[in-house]
Amino acid sequence: MAEPIIQVEDLYKSYGAVEAVRGVSFVVNEGEVFGLLGPNGAGKTSTVEILEGMRTPDRGTARVCGLDPERSGSDFKQTIGAVLQSTALPDKLKVKEALDLFASFYRDRASTEGLLKRFQLEEKRDAFYKELSGGQKQRLALAMALVNNPKVVFLDEPTAGLDPQVRREIYDIIEELRREKKTVLLTTHYIEEAERLCDRVAIVDHGKIIKTGTPRELKQSSAGTTRIEVRLARPATEAALRGLDGVSDFRTMGDVYVLYASRAPQAIVSLVKHLEADNNELQTMEMYSPSLEDVFIELTGRRLRE
Amino acid sequence: MASNPISNTWSLTKIRIRLAMRNKMFLFFSLLMPMIFLFLFATLWGKGSPEKINFILGGILTLTVMGGFWGLSVQLVSFRELGILRRFRLAPLGSGPMLASSIVANFILVVPFVFFEMLVAKYILHMASWGNIPAIFLLVMIGSATFSAFGLVVASVTNTMQETQIINQLIWMVFLFLSGATIPLAVFPGWIQRITLFSPATYLAVGLQSAATNQVVAFEILTEAAALILGLVVAFEISRRIFRWEPEAKVPARAKIWVLAALIPFLAFGAYENYSGRMLKRVSTMMSFIDRPAAGAPAKPETEQ
Repeated sequence: MAEPIIQVEDLYKSYGAVEAVRGVSFVVNEGEVFGLLGPNGAGKTSTVEILEGMRTPDRGTARVCGLDPERSGSDFKQTIGAVLQSTALPDKLKVKEALDLFASFYRDRASTEGLLKRFQLEEKRDAFYKELSGGQKQRLALAMALVNNPKVVFLDEPTAGLDPQVRREIYDIIEELRREKKTVLLTTHYIEEAERLCDRVAIVDHGKIIKTGTPRELKQSSAGTTRIEVRLARPATEAALRGLDGVSDFRTMGDVYVLYASRAPQAIVSLVKHLEADNNELQTMEMYSPSLEDVFIELTGRRLRE
Repeated sequence: MASNPISNTWSLTKIRIRLAMRNKMFLFFSLLMPMIFLFLFATLWGKGSPEKINFILGGILTLTVMGGFWGLSVQLVSFRELGILRRFRLAPLGSGPMLASSIVANFILVVPFVFFEMLVAKYILHMASWGNIPAIFLLVMIGSATFSAFGLVVASVTNTMQETQIINQLIWMVFLFLSGATIPLAVFPGWIQRITLFSPATYLAVGLQSAATNQVVAFEILTEAAALILGLVVAFEISRRIFRWEPEAKVPARAKIWVLAALIPFLAFGAYENYSGRMLKRVSTMMSFIDRPAAGAPAKPETEQ
């Protein structure tokens, strides 16, 4: 069985009156891709930055490769690689220079030529940082995170703000890291990213982990229901919608009525009948198969992007 | 095993030199500006007197050496504001190599500019002599490090670029006009001259002017060198202690008092110079030397080495 390489126990972090992290605990095993999934402001970045040694927790313990990130200094930094939520480098630093510079700080150095090739930056080796596109900058940030052949890689929202094509390229790179058995701690608010890339996911909200498991386990825990989101011409009563045939759960999100259906066809038929009887009209209807988004909504009553 | 601070400093130094050479603003302020001043002052005050060109060169070299104060503080603050320092923080680097590389890079960049200015003064403006070269380079070396360290202190105590620019302007004005670098100290009333003895720039300007006009040998500028070295040590240690990697890590207003703490060595040296009158006497001798008739014999034999 894989050994825990990251151990977090009862971590707290506040900024003034704002409690960003409130008693977070989890374990990441060696070779695992572990995701912290949650909306912006959930406390993901604060947690990761404590693990990177960039922030001091108010209380609780964090260990990475058996080391205390805050106190182990240089030895600790030799073992990790990281992509920050936003990476910045001097405008007139060239791609190859950036890799060579950062590699020079470490004892164990990956070949910068190899990294340029792997991250498709060979043609941009002499380009200034300011000349790179968003995707190229992010690929460079990922390459820089690997210059020291790290045991553990922290990726804080690695695809945020990137277009879908570039996002898919980054997914391929992270999948490659998984094949190489690197331990990866990834934060994201993209459901698709967590489902596709993570071996296990912790759902985070308001500074707390509210559920942990494999994506499959988490989805199964949402009772395998289909989510049906409808907008109606006139308001409907909760009791009426909740009582429809095939509907197992119900909630409202703004002007959207969300029906969780264990038997979707029956639920739709009974909804239409109910609306006809009530002289109401269906304006829009969208159906979703069970996803981590459903788990999040079930647990918090909100969407991830709200 | 910890990472090697010396090799880290050297890696950063090389990159900072490359970045500076790619920065048009840096080249303008470090190379072109002093050259404009050199020709301007030579045209206004140096005509017909090769000795005056020596004196003017002393002031121009002072401006070149002090330039690091301005450039480094602005660069460090912009690196912090843009989040560039955060990325470096992830690497096994301490604040020491980050700050020391600024100083070393600045020194390496200043030396060729100093050479160039001396060549222009000698061959285009017909300067009387090369001055005392060992004394000039001793002061250039120490001065560039000291004024870089002052820049790092300013960068460490300011929270925004705007704040940095304001503090820099205030300090720069004092360095520029109350040191002898642009306006000879001898033209000021006695009480202003006494006040200037508390400014680090005065030690550099008077030292470089004395060396450029051949009024001193390296041994005779030891007081200036000692003041600047002590200033360097204090300023570097202060900037290392209050260095911040994070853009959001703001310093309280009272921390700005550290800028004054960096000047403490110059309070002591200023008191000593006021008491001894040594430096003001040198200023006066230097003025008599450059104001004498052009055909006159040198006030002191050349001690070029």
